[in-house]
Amino acid sequence: MKALGYLRPGSVQEAVEAFAAHPGARYLAGGTNLVDLMKLGVESPAVLIDIGRLPLNTVEELPDGTLRAGATLRNSDLAAHPLVRDRYPVLSQALLAGASGQLRNAATTGGNLLQRTRCPYFQDLDKPCNKREPGSGCGALQGVHRDHAVFGHSVHCIATNPSDLAVALAALDARVELYGTEGTRCIPAADFHRLPGEHPERDTEIRPGELITGVLLPAAAAGVPSAYRKARDRASYAFALASVAVVLHVADGVVDRIALAFGGLAHRPWRAHHTETALLGAAATPAAFEGAVALELERAEPLRDNTYKVPLARNLALDVLNRLTPTPATL
Amino acid sequence: MTRSGPSQGDPVARGGLSRGDLMAGSGLPLGETVAGGGLPREDPVACGGLPREDPVAGGGLSRGDLMDGSGLWQGETVAGGGLPREDPVAGGGLSRGDLMDGSGLWQGETVAGGGLPQEDSVTRIGLSQEELVSRGGLWRGDSTDGSGLPRGDSTVGSGLPRGDSTAGGGLPTEAATTRSGPPREGTPARAANPQQDDPVPRTGAALGAPVGRREGLQKVTGAARYAAEYPLPGRAHAWPVPAAVARGRVRAVDTAAALALPGVLAVLTPDDAPRLAAPDDATLAVLQSPDVPHRGWCVALAVADTPEAARAAARAVRVTYDTEAHDVELRPDHPDAYEPEETDFGVPGQVEHGDPEAAFAAADVRVDVDYRVPPLHNHPMEPHATTADWDGDRLTVYTSSQGGTTVRTVLAELFELPEDRITVVAEHVGGGFGAKGTPRPDLVLAAMAARRTGRPVTLAHPRRQLPTTVGHRAPTRHRLRLGARADGRLTALLHEVTTYTSRVRDFVELAGVPARVMYATEHLRSTHRVVPLDVPGPSWMRAPGEAPGMYALESAVDELAHALAMDPVELRIRNEPDREPDSGKPFSSRNLVACLREGARRFDWDRRDPLPCSRAEGPLLLGTGVAAATYPVQVSPSTATAQALPDGTFVVRVNAADIGTGARTVLAQIAADALAVPLDRVRTEVGRSDLPPAPLAGGSSGTASWGWAVHEACTGLAARLAAHTGPLPAEGLTVRADTTGEADTDSPYARYAFGAHFAEVAVDTVTGETRVRRLLGVYAAGRILNARTARSQFVGGMTMGLGMALTEGSTMDLPFGDFTETDLASYHVPAHADVPDIEADWIQEDDPHLNPMGSKGIGEIGIVGTAAAIGNAVHHATGIRFRELPLTPDRILGGLLSER
Amino acid sequence: MTSENQLDPHSEITLRVNGKPHTLLVDHRRVLLDLLREDLDLTGSKKGCDHGQCGACTVLVGGRRLNSCLVLAVTLDGGEVTTIEGLIGDGEEPHPLQQAFLDRDAFQCGYCTPGQICSAVGMIAEAAAGHPSHVTDPAAPSGRPVPLDRPEIRERLSGNLCRCGAYPRIVEAVEDVIR
Repeated sequence: MKALGYLRPGSVQEAVEAFAAHPGARYLAGGTNLVDLMKLGVESPAVLIDIGRLPLNTVEELPDGTLRAGATLRNSDLAAHPLVRDRYPVLSQALLAGASGQLRNAATTGGNLLQRTRCPYFQDLDKPCNKREPGSGCGALQGVHRDHAVFGHSVHCIATNPSDLAVALAALDARVELYGTEGTRCIPAADFHRLPGEHPERDTEIRPGELITGVLLPAAAAGVPSAYRKARDRASYAFALASVAVVLHVADGVVDRIALAFGGLAHRPWRAHHTETALLGAAATPAAFEGAVALELERAEPLRDNTYKVPLARNLALDVLNRLTPTPATL
Repeated sequence: MTRSGPSQGDPVARGGLSRGDLMAGSGLPLGETVAGGGLPREDPVACGGLPREDPVAGGGLSRGDLMDGSGLWQGETVAGGGLPREDPVAGGGLSRGDLMDGSGLWQGETVAGGGLPQEDSVTRIGLSQEELVSRGGLWRGDSTDGSGLPRGDSTVGSGLPRGDSTAGGGLPTEAATTRSGPPREGTPARAANPQQDDPVPRTGAALGAPVGRREGLQKVTGAARYAAEYPLPGRAHAWPVPAAVARGRVRAVDTAAALALPGVLAVLTPDDAPRLAAPDDATLAVLQSPDVPHRGWCVALAVADTPEAARAAARAVRVTYDTEAHDVELRPDHPDAYEPEETDFGVPGQVEHGDPEAAFAAADVRVDVDYRVPPLHNHPMEPHATTADWDGDRLTVYTSSQGGTTVRTVLAELFELPEDRITVVAEHVGGGFGAKGTPRPDLVLAAMAARRTGRPVTLAHPRRQLPTTVGHRAPTRHRLRLGARADGRLTALLHEVTTYTSRVRDFVELAGVPARVMYATEHLRSTHRVVPLDVPGPSWMRAPGEAPGMYALESAVDELAHALAMDPVELRIRNEPDREPDSGKPFSSRNLVACLREGARRFDWDRRDPLPCSRAEGPLLLGTGVAAATYPVQVSPSTATAQALPDGTFVVRVNAADIGTGARTVLAQIAADALAVPLDRVRTEVGRSDLPPAPLAGGSSGTASWGWAVHEACTGLAARLAAHTGPLPAEGLTVRADTTGEADTDSPYARYAFGAHFAEVAVDTVTGETRVRRLLGVYAAGRILNARTARSQFVGGMTMGLGMALTEGSTMDLPFGDFTETDLASYHVPAHADVPDIEADWIQEDDPHLNPMGSKGIGEIGIVGTAAAIGNAVHHATGIRFRELPLTPDRILGGLLSER
Repeated sequence: MTSENQLDPHSEITLRVNGKPHTLLVDHRRVLLDLLREDLDLTGSKKGCDHGQCGACTVLVGGRRLNSCLVLAVTLDGGEVTTIEGLIGDGEEPHPLQQAFLDRDAFQCGYCTPGQICSAVGMIAEAAAGHPSHVTDPAAPSGRPVPLDRPEIRERLSGNLCRCGAYPRIVEAVEDVIR
């Protein structure tokens, strides 16, 4: 066990250089997940590179109308930002559906996207977990997996991604902005998280040393009706059993923009492409919604303990789709 | 400028109100506050027409007085002359001369408190202490039992506020029932608003008053210290290493890597830990053998300078095991299941009366259902912690315990020390709910680590270790069979429980016991089957037995009501027994019917459409449900001392534990009335083992046990003072009481508290999420000794019952042998958003067969039946009977979909 | 910035706690909660779970409520912290919320209480600053103070668990102060 070093770089460039100089380093911002995992022994970095004070804590509007939310912006500030609330309600709602007031005051945009699964086997060093310790096995597969994945899981890992924010970003077609030794690049938020496959130890497409500098919210989604709904075991302060983020625009009774992503169902936010394809250009009716959502969910592969997630996800999706449809389609 | 950020000078953050505003804003004229809340039992009718002092009529405190009094009852208000005291001595404060003279105090206070003719006082003073004691403190029961004393005597002799004692004196229980119905219009049994600003109760009327917590200021300012918060010089920190297998033996513990870390002082292992004498509770035999009885069992202990270093060291310890196959699955057909004859406290495991099978088979209407309750965790907010400090062969521990006297006894056994070399301090305890009832491994480990390292050591269990370490509520499976005639009369009641125990210590969750108490039936069976498994040890959790048992029983009763098409309140009333069904004993008091009726009235039960699925709000289905509650009256012998000091104050000492109940406060109230002195003259000392030994805060018996001894000591002291002439010596006068032989005598009565819970729920048909909208508890729990803290305990129990119903549940991880939900993110204790405006109230109950205060326990009954009321409301909302807790969205949604 | 391979596991930081400056050499693993409790003997901030799951450790950092168990002390160099002990102003008077908790009997065992009170202080300021919550009507205008009705108070305080079940009284205590 090595002593824990601490560095506080003055710029993004310095941060990336520090990482390159210290293999085994971790970037630290809000710490709400990293410090938690360090205490559990799941993470044991040699060096912490504190990026919490880098000037990445703003929301700015780019010339093309894109809204850029900085990586170290605290979740509570992002959720409360008037431009975010007014243009991307699904994003604000997703953030506010997660964690607690205290945690949202500390947790950052980038950290939220990089939070690890809450799978209890991942968190317990005395139980097998391929994500924590590749090759050790998946304890959840034979153990208790009520909270686990129904989409995209593998025999190596059935964990889910716990982020609410990521689900909203996926539905907004947002992009994640990264900075590394090779410069800046962007990844669509819906593709930022991976499926576990044979390498569940890799949660995301981020490369070693790359730093999330912000998320880009597209102008095209601004002002489009959107909403987030989450089901959980208690009324607040709990992770999603399932959730849904929907961006829906209906003109003359016809769906002309639709994005739907599920949370709590997979190792990443689950974009319901089959639903979206079926609905685009279709009449915005409850029946159409029901059929389109079923197209996605019939592909689910629930496990012994979590078959409930499929109807739960369906109900959440239909509820939000119907609510976002301008004329009460349920009459 | 010490506040930071937005709170600085911000009127919103700072509240924008002065304290005066807040108090003025309470909107209650003082008279009402006092009359309504302070003296709930002074009903002139009930009191048999004795003149009473009406605080309003007496002039009382004006609101201005209250504000001037700063809301603190101590001294200030008294000095302010705000007391409506017709007695100038009491109102103006006793002079030293009065005290020394003795007579002034006794007589004056008696008059003030009781309004009885002075002659009575004189007569009473003539009684010796022995006489007082031998008459059991002359409480109401004695009068009833024909002690021959005039009523007035027994009243004053008890030192109790006259209203109650007199009322109870000779009134049969039934009378109490009759008059304990709905409070009269405009005069609720207690104030609806708890914001009482701590009115000063009149002398002799402290009991029952909504007095504020004596340690309150310390708690809200962060000054109250808990077990891990004693910064002794050189203090080190310990961190346990939990077993990573469910059954086997430790083969080797490699400590080299851990010891090499900076700041690490020692690693204790089963090989080298100090040897202990064998404890009664094998849970405490930690690091004494390489055997691993369950996953999470402590197999090593790291000790280091700091918590961080201890944590790192614990992680660096390498343990290898010889692993054996484990068995942790609770199956009713398990071949090892046994039927315990006798369990904790001598309660029989099996009871049968009549021929229940035949009676059930012959019943007009039958309900035969299975219910399940999962493992539940106590999870007090303060994790178990001990700070241990050796000074030569003297040991001091600061520990989070519900009973410091037992802690000392156990330490003395384990470390083979005389008890007088051990000091146990448990000044503030951050909740226990049974999990701190007896010592847990943190105590022993901290003491061993301190001995090994020669330094004070704090061990505060990491939250994740609690589920396997400190006990939990064992899961229970219930088969309920109810047979009834068409008119609703029960003809057979069979409650068969299967549960598990660990291989470390036998513990049986006695969930079948309430069936022996609740309903009249000739043919009764209440049985327990127990499967020993390689599981972490189950133990007490709030209302052990009653909580899961009454969930199952009261749910089944609701099913029977449904089958009979009978109102569930009426069904319960119809089956009200006149004697305890199991023992045949008469009840000392039983006001379940009054609770049901009063609750039904307040809940508008008669406007309920009994048909399920009869109410909806958009996607929400609404329903209401009811369930009864019961909890036995328990009491244990205790000692206590009462001391009169020359300055006119009194000190009451007892090694009670204040786990959040407000023990300091209520004991002072008991003492003040027994001494017939103003409450602010009495100081209470609790939470240290150098105080008089006392039983634990458990079984809802703490206040009764300690209070009985306090009452007796104070009664004795009052007599001593009355007989005393001349000035008090510098050390004052002290009287010690020991209720052994009194508190532990068998009662000819069946003694229980009862209650009724009413719940309204909303079930979201989209998600299956169920939320409680309203929750009401009405209790009959003897005399309520402090209206403010009692209400908090009732509401607290109901809140835990809400969690049991909807959010709390632990899962045995069969392949690994421990629980899946090990932290507070996965084990869902209810959060603020889950909890509506819970209402708890009580009916007046005068029971002369309890203790000198006339009280029953109140700490646990709030959790009993609450889950059933909520579950029954879910059935009413959905038409679906869910029979396994908790009622989480997955289960509810599954049920809704399968009904479609 | 240099990048030696062997970095010191300690750093010296300065911190204002309840108005008083402190200079401390901290282990990089040390969280604010342990700094308060172990280094400064400010034990009013409680360790209930040590993982951000109970709220008992809630303090105000730069005026914002945080779980002090998840904040590494070294990251706060130069910062300002207010704990439950610091809510009592220069006088002896308890903070209005502390008084309201007393008046309402908004606690039993007291272990979650400092966190509840600090959380409420932070929460009231957040609502005043226009921060919405999960239960705020999405149609409510952004940037305006959010009125704190009971559902709002409950939702916003949900990060503070109380096992004694004092929730209804806590909500009343908060109402007393904001009304």
